[in-house]
Amino acid sequence: MSDLLLPPEHRYAKMIEQKQNEDGSELSILNLGPTHPATHGIFQNILLMDGERIVDGEGTVGYIHRAFEKIAENRPFYQITPLTDRMNYCSSPINNMGWWMTLEKVLDIEVPKRVQYLRVIVMELARIADHIICNSVLGVDTGALTGFLYVFQYREKIYEIYEEICGARLTTNMGRIGGFERDWSPAAFKKINDLLEEFPPIWTEFENLLMRNRIFMDRTIDVGPISAEKAMSYGFTGPNLRAAGIDYDIRVAQPYSSYEDFEFNIPVGKSGDTYDRFCVRSAEVWESLSIIKQALAKMPEGPFHANVPDYYLPPKEEVYHNMEALIYHFKIVMGEIPVPKTEVYHAVEGGNGELGFYLITDGSRTPYRLHFRRPCFIYYQAFNEMVRGQMLSDAIATLSSLNVIAGELDA
Amino acid sequence: MALETSVIEDKLTGKFGDKVTGFIQIKDILSFEVQPDAMNDVMRFLKEDALLRFNFLTDVCGVHYPDNDVDRQFAMVYHMHNWIDNVRIRFKSFLNGEKPEIDTVTNLFLSANWQERETYDFYGIIFIGHPQLKRILNMDEMVSFPMRKEFPLEDGGRTDKDDRFFGRKPDNVNNN
Amino acid sequence: MSKSTDIKIVDAPPGVEGSGFFATKLDTVVGMARANSLWPLPFATSCCGIEFMATMASHYDVARFGSERMSFSPRQADMLLVMGTIAKKMAPILRQVYEQMAEPRWVIAVGACASSGGIFDTYSVLQGIDKVIPVDVYVPGCPPRPEQILDGIMTLQDIVRNESVRRRSSPEYQELMASYNIT
Repeated sequence: MSDLLLPPEHRYAKMIEQKQNEDGSELSILNLGPTHPATHGIFQNILLMDGERIVDGEGTVGYIHRAFEKIAENRPFYQITPLTDRMNYCSSPINNMGWWMTLEKVLDIEVPKRVQYLRVIVMELARIADHIICNSVLGVDTGALTGFLYVFQYREKIYEIYEEICGARLTTNMGRIGGFERDWSPAAFKKINDLLEEFPPIWTEFENLLMRNRIFMDRTIDVGPISAEKAMSYGFTGPNLRAAGIDYDIRVAQPYSSYEDFEFNIPVGKSGDTYDRFCVRSAEVWESLSIIKQALAKMPEGPFHANVPDYYLPPKEEVYHNMEALIYHFKIVMGEIPVPKTEVYHAVEGGNGELGFYLITDGSRTPYRLHFRRPCFIYYQAFNEMVRGQMLSDAIATLSSLNVIAGELDA
Repeated sequence: MALETSVIEDKLTGKFGDKVTGFIQIKDILSFEVQPDAMNDVMRFLKEDALLRFNFLTDVCGVHYPDNDVDRQFAMVYHMHNWIDNVRIRFKSFLNGEKPEIDTVTNLFLSANWQERETYDFYGIIFIGHPQLKRILNMDEMVSFPMRKEFPLEDGGRTDKDDRFFGRKPDNVNNN
Repeated sequence: MSKSTDIKIVDAPPGVEGSGFFATKLDTVVGMARANSLWPLPFATSCCGIEFMATMASHYDVARFGSERMSFSPRQADMLLVMGTIAKKMAPILRQVYEQMAEPRWVIAVGACASSGGIFDTYSVLQGIDKVIPVDVYVPGCPPRPEQILDGIMTLQDIVRNESVRRRSSPEYQELMASYNIT
C-alpha cells in the first residue's frame, strides 16, 4: 500500500523487477515530460510500457504551481483579476467575467442588460479562441500542421477585438465590478462583425481538412475513450463530458449573465473518445458564433456599468477633476468599502468545463479564502485510465484532445 | 418537480439526527455542517437516496481558521450538485487543529482523489483510507503546509527584493 | 504578394573581395552564420508560451529570422527560449536541459516571470531563471507582444553576430559558468 506513496519511477522499477514477460522481454519506464513538445504546458507522466503499449501510468503535476490561492488571500479584489487571467490563459475573459460575477453575487449587485450581453459576446469569443487552439493543436499532434497555421490567423483577429475592448491581447484583465471600464467602441463592433463574416468559411475549411480525413479518423476514433458514468465520477465537465454523452452545460442548467435569452444547442458525443471531443469542440464553435450573432442583433442600449460607485473604480480622468470620484477611488483602493461577511460559490462554463469560484469574505478588502474549482485539475486524473492499454502515440493524441492547460492545472 | 430545501433538510435530520446542524441558505446554496465522523455516510446518503440524487461532487476544499477553538480550526468544505433537479448543496466539517483527520470520499467519487491530495498538500489534513495521500502541487520534499495562515506568502530567502518597497516591513523607514 | 526582388538577404560583411574569393575575419563569418540560423528550444511553460505560439504562426513568423526548426531536443538547439513561470519544482529540470545543450548556446528569458519571478512573489516560484542558468537577453512583458519577442531575438542576433569565436574558452566565461556550478 505504501508503494503508492513512492515516486512512480521507483514503484515501476520494483514492478519491473518482479515480473517478466513470457518471451523474456521486460517492461520499461518512459518519462513523458515535463518538457515535451506535445504536452501543452508542463506536467509529467511516468508510463510503464510494454514495448509500445502502455500498461500503467501516473501523472505528476505541480511544475508550475504559483500559489494563486495563497496570493489571493493577500490581495484586494481588483488585484485578483490578473491572477484569474492566468489560470486558463487561452480564454482569459471567461475567467475574468466569472470572477466579477462572483463578486457581484457577494455584493448583491444587479448589472444592466447591456453589460450582460457584452459579457456574453466576449465570453463566447474567448471560447472560440480556446477551441481554435485545442483543435488545431490536436491536428499538429497527429501530424497535420497546416490547419494550425491558417486558423491561428483568426486568433490574431480575436486578439485585436480584445485590444479594442481592454488593451491587452492574451491576459486581458477585463472589466470592473458591475460592468466594463469603458463602453465598446464602434471599431470593436466592426471587428466583431468582420470576424462573423470571415471566420465561418475558414472554420468550414478546417473541418473539411480533418473531420472526414481517413488518417485523422484512424488516429482518433476509439482512442482514449471514457464512459459517461466514469466521466461523471471523475468530475468531468465541459466538452470532455459532453463528448461522453451527458449534456450538462452550466450556461443552460444555471444560466448567468442572460444566457437564457439566447437559443443554442449543446453538441453531445457518444463514446467519449478523441474524435468525439474534436467534433464536440468544433460544433461548439458554431454555436458560439450563433450566440454572438444573436447578442449583436438584440444588443440593448444602456449604461456599460452598474450604478455602484462604492465598488466601481471611476474613470481616471474623473479622478483628477471630480471630488466624488477622487474619494471613491481612494476608498476602493484603500479597501474602505462595505463588504459583507459571507461565502459564495459561483460557476461559469469555461473553455474546459465548470470553472468555479468559492469565495469566503470576512469584511476586509482581501478575501479570507478563495478557492478555484479548476476543471483541468479535476479531469486530468482520469488520463491514465483513459490510455491504459493503448499505444504511446494514442496517449499523445488523447492528451492533446483533453485540452489540459498547465496554468489551470496547477494554479 | 423541484427539490425543496425543506425536503433536503428533513430527510437529512431524519436520518442523521444531530450530526447535521446549522442549515442555512446562503445566497442560492443550502449550506449545513456535519460532524466529521458522519461525513462519509452523509455524502453516500446524498448520492444514493432516490429523492435527493446528488450525483456530482463539484468541489472539495479546506479552510484554516486559526482563531477558532482548537476543535474547529480546520474546515473541509464539500460542494455537491444534483443534475436532475438542478440543486446545489454545500456542507462543511470542522476538524481539530492539532490532528486534522477525516474519512476519504474516494470510494464514492473518483474525482475526490486529487482534490483531497491538494487539500493535504496545502493544509496537512489526513484523509483516512485515501489510496495515495502524498503531495501533489508542491515539492515532495516540503515539510510545512503552505496554505495555513501562519505560513508566509513570500519566500524568506529571496535576495533581490527590498521588502521596504512592498510595505512588508513593520518599520519601512529604518528597514527593520 | 511580395516579389522576389523585395526580399532582402543578409549583407556581406566588410572584407576584401576579388574574382572568385572573399576574405574577411573568421569571427565575422561565423557570427553571421550563427546569428541567422538560431534554432530555438521553446521551453514554454505558461501564458508566454501562447504568445510564442502566436509568434511562430504566420502573422509574426519567427521563421524569417532563421528560427525555422523548433528543436525540442536540447542537443540540437542553439537558443533556449524560456517562456513562462519557472517554479522551484521545475528549476532542476531547466538546469538539466541547459546543461544538455551543446556550445554555443544562448538563453533568452521571455516574460516577467522568467526574468524575475513576475507578479508571483511566492514561496513556490523561482524569482528569475538567472538564479539557476546564465541569461543573455531578458524580454520583459506579461506577456510580451510578439513584436517584443522578436525584438529580443534580434537583440540576441546582435550579440551573436559580434561575439568572438574564442568567447567560450575565455576566463570570464569559465568564471561565469563556475558561478552557476556548471562544469
